[in-house]
Amino acid sequence: MNIWVIMVAAGLITYMMRVFFIVLVGRKEIPNNIRIGLQFVPPAVLTAIIVPEVLYSDSVMQLTIRNYRLIAAVLACIVAWKTKNAILTVVVGMLVLLILQMLSN
Amino acid sequence: MSSKYREFLSGVKAVIPILFGVIPFGMIYGVLALDSGMSPIASQAMSSIVFAGSSQFIATQLIGNAVVGVVIVITIGVVNLRHLLYSASISPYFVDLSRPWKYLLAYFLTDEAYAVAITHFRNFDRNEKEILQGEKKNEVLFSQKRYKHWYYLGAGFGLWSTWQISTVVGIYMGAIIPESWSLDFTLSLTLIALVIPTLEDRASLLSALTAGLIAVLAFSLPYKLGLLAAAFCGILVGMLIRKNS
Repeated sequence: MNIWVIMVAAGLITYMMRVFFIVLVGRKEIPNNIRIGLQFVPPAVLTAIIVPEVLYSDSVMQLTIRNYRLIAAVLACIVAWKTKNAILTVVVGMLVLLILQMLSN
Repeated sequence: MSSKYREFLSGVKAVIPILFGVIPFGMIYGVLALDSGMSPIASQAMSSIVFAGSSQFIATQLIGNAVVGVVIVITIGVVNLRHLLYSASISPYFVDLSRPWKYLLAYFLTDEAYAVAITHFRNFDRNEKEILQGEKKNEVLFSQKRYKHWYYLGAGFGLWSTWQISTVVGIYMGAIIPESWSLDFTLSLTLIALVIPTLEDRASLLSALTAGLIAVLAFSLPYKLGLLAAAFCGILVGMLIRKNS
């Protein structure tokens, strides 16, 4: 599929979700079940993306101390949890990864 | 200065502290988009067509892995599902606006714009009660309420223009930065920074752990379907726990 088709389709879907209750429904309440389900979208989806991204390299699981991305990610989780500071999380994670890569060379 | 303009400006001012967080992510997105093989124009266009940070990050990863288009679109849709919540939550404040205004304001509905606007709107809801009780009276509040859509527009536009500009900068940087800097790892780190604060109770924690586990177990499924399966199971587990507690 052409990248522009993907983009426009994804953009339309996203816009429809933004506009849905504001324009089309207006006053209606969101059903309780759906509301609860939506609350778990960020934790579930984001974790489902992060974990394989960190654990796998070239489609092979790397559950070892040599997986520097895993070490950096775990430390980044701790920073995010302790400080709730997004920028600091990214900076610490990147620094840990780059330092470990430098040391191993 | 007209009241509309004043409200617009105070909306812009309200998002300025947030912009310091938005700028680096816009830049990282630009770098990753270029890295995924997208053209500079397409990379930039996504920032205004989709205009939703975390889904744009994920899109670059899927596009870079040459995942089938339909799956990319569905994944972006799932990642952006939370906008339905924002739309429902903010809609009472927009009820009396004209349709064109509603369509316009909906475009600017992002995590950040929602957070800033809903805080402001709830604030004057509270103030209004005090006024009715005769403790306060002022015209500022009247114009705040009357021109609340201008405030929201200011906040939304401030975020939007910052996102576009930082994307441009990222695209330029992406052309310069060498691959050995492992900048693609910023994707995982960004998502970690976004997800950790959402793990505020047992239900969300177990929802995330389930999703992570299923994502590993279902890793070899074609078309990155493991991601959607994991997300679905994670949401389900979260709902079940929340309902039983």
